[in-house]
Amino acid sequence: MIRFKVRKMLHASSGPMLLSVEEEVSEGEFVALYGPSGAGKTTLLRMIAGLTAPDEGTVSAGAECWYDSRSRVNLATRRRELGFVFQDYALFPHMTVRGNLEYAAGSRDRSAVADELLGMTDLRELADRFPGALSGGQQQRVALARALVRKPKLLLLDEPLSALDRAARVKLQDELLELHARFRMTVIMVSHDVAEICRLAGRVLSLEAGAVVHRGVPSDLFAASSGGAFTIEGEISALVKTGAGGILVSVVAGANIVRVEVTEKEGSDLRVGKRVAVTSELLNSRIVKL
Amino acid sequence: MELTSEMVGTLLLTLKLASATTLILLAAGIPIAYWIAFSPSRLRPFAETLISMPLVLPPTVLGFYFLIAFNPAGAVGGALASLFDLRLVFSFPGLVVASVVYSLPFMVQPLQSGFRSIPASLAEASATLGKSRFQTLLRVLLPGMKPALLSGIVLSFAHTIGEFGVVLMIGGNIPGVTRVASIAIYDEVEVLHYAAANTYALILIGVTFSILLPVYWKRSARIW
Repeated sequence: MIRFKVRKMLHASSGPMLLSVEEEVSEGEFVALYGPSGAGKTTLLRMIAGLTAPDEGTVSAGAECWYDSRSRVNLATRRRELGFVFQDYALFPHMTVRGNLEYAAGSRDRSAVADELLGMTDLRELADRFPGALSGGQQQRVALARALVRKPKLLLLDEPLSALDRAARVKLQDELLELHARFRMTVIMVSHDVAEICRLAGRVLSLEAGAVVHRGVPSDLFAASSGGAFTIEGEISALVKTGAGGILVSVVAGANIVRVEVTEKEGSDLRVGKRVAVTSELLNSRIVKL
Repeated sequence: MELTSEMVGTLLLTLKLASATTLILLAAGIPIAYWIAFSPSRLRPFAETLISMPLVLPPTVLGFYFLIAFNPAGAVGGALASLFDLRLVFSFPGLVVASVVYSLPFMVQPLQSGFRSIPASLAEASATLGKSRFQTLLRVLLPGMKPALLSGIVLSFAHTIGEFGVVLMIGGNIPGVTRVASIAIYDEVEVLHYAAANTYALILIGVTFSILLPVYWKRSARIW
């Protein structure tokens, strides 16, 4: 069980923000941290790992205290039994794939441990390559394998799949599920991909401006606005007055543009560049295969 | 061009001084550069300033104070002489000490930017894999900054060969003990031995060219 209750003042571009989160994660649980960028997700993850110190609070893993501001305990990252996958993968560029894993394994039977993980993550053929010669998806698999070499009870993932294309992402999601089922480690993953969270996580914490605003099962959370309704978030790209006294609002969401017509009164406080949610209540939802 | 045994001795002494200085600087420069690159201490700008000062100060300033400090009749020099039987004025060890201080920025500055060029996440990743800072330094940081290490080593070595003022002030001009090539040239010119001065000078040009070239060669080829 990972337990944390941390507070830290962050200095975001929008001004100071208090990050304050208290949570318990059970053993073997797969939890996603969701929320807009700048909400404090990565900082929270780094505080659990000991890479960033909280201003105050406690972090504990099982019976072991990792951080306690009152008794001035701050266990060094290297003494916390965890695996961490960085957003930029952080592979050691001067070591081969095998070298990266063996370095992580330390001295005891390191080549056997490396072999096991190379096989498990389908990396055997790339073992002698250097990270610079790998694709993004391959690098991510190496980073994941390296984080698992020491068989940590806790795996922390910082937007592990955000830089990958769809196909690579789905493949790695499968692998993550498989590895989680196999090692039964606790996973805390930062992600802002709803589909990914629904697929992988058993529970989601939604952070906004440093505080948890929702917690629950992903499918419940994201389907929150009741049956048949879709919500997409996006940014207003254009506002055009229509002849009939309305305003045509264009909202960019991902690679799509959604156009919604509103009355002049409704549209009076909308500006280009503002983030909005478009909700659409559909009576007959259909699924079309992509 | 005639190479006498005295010239060979002087050149070997020069190389010995440069090698000893470079080795000591490498050992001292890595922890200093590491501290400057990563420490949040407020003393950092002061340390950086002190280390950079030999770049702009006349070498005679440093030499002068070394001479005063290491004088066996003075406090520091006296203590060194009575405790360790070490005489740093007009001796080879004194030359090494002065050269180390004088060439410090040429080692520390490349190493410092080498440390800063490595993404912070690499050292952090190493920590999450259970490695100590020392293991991380040896296995992740230093291998990741080989060009910086090479620059530091070569520049310190070459700069020590090129020293004149500090060496003259603290070492004097004792053949076989403290007379290095740069001083020998001055000496030969003073007594109008232009041929001998020319030999020394040409050899120094050749040596420095051939040790500096690999640095810039590697840099342009980006093999490292």
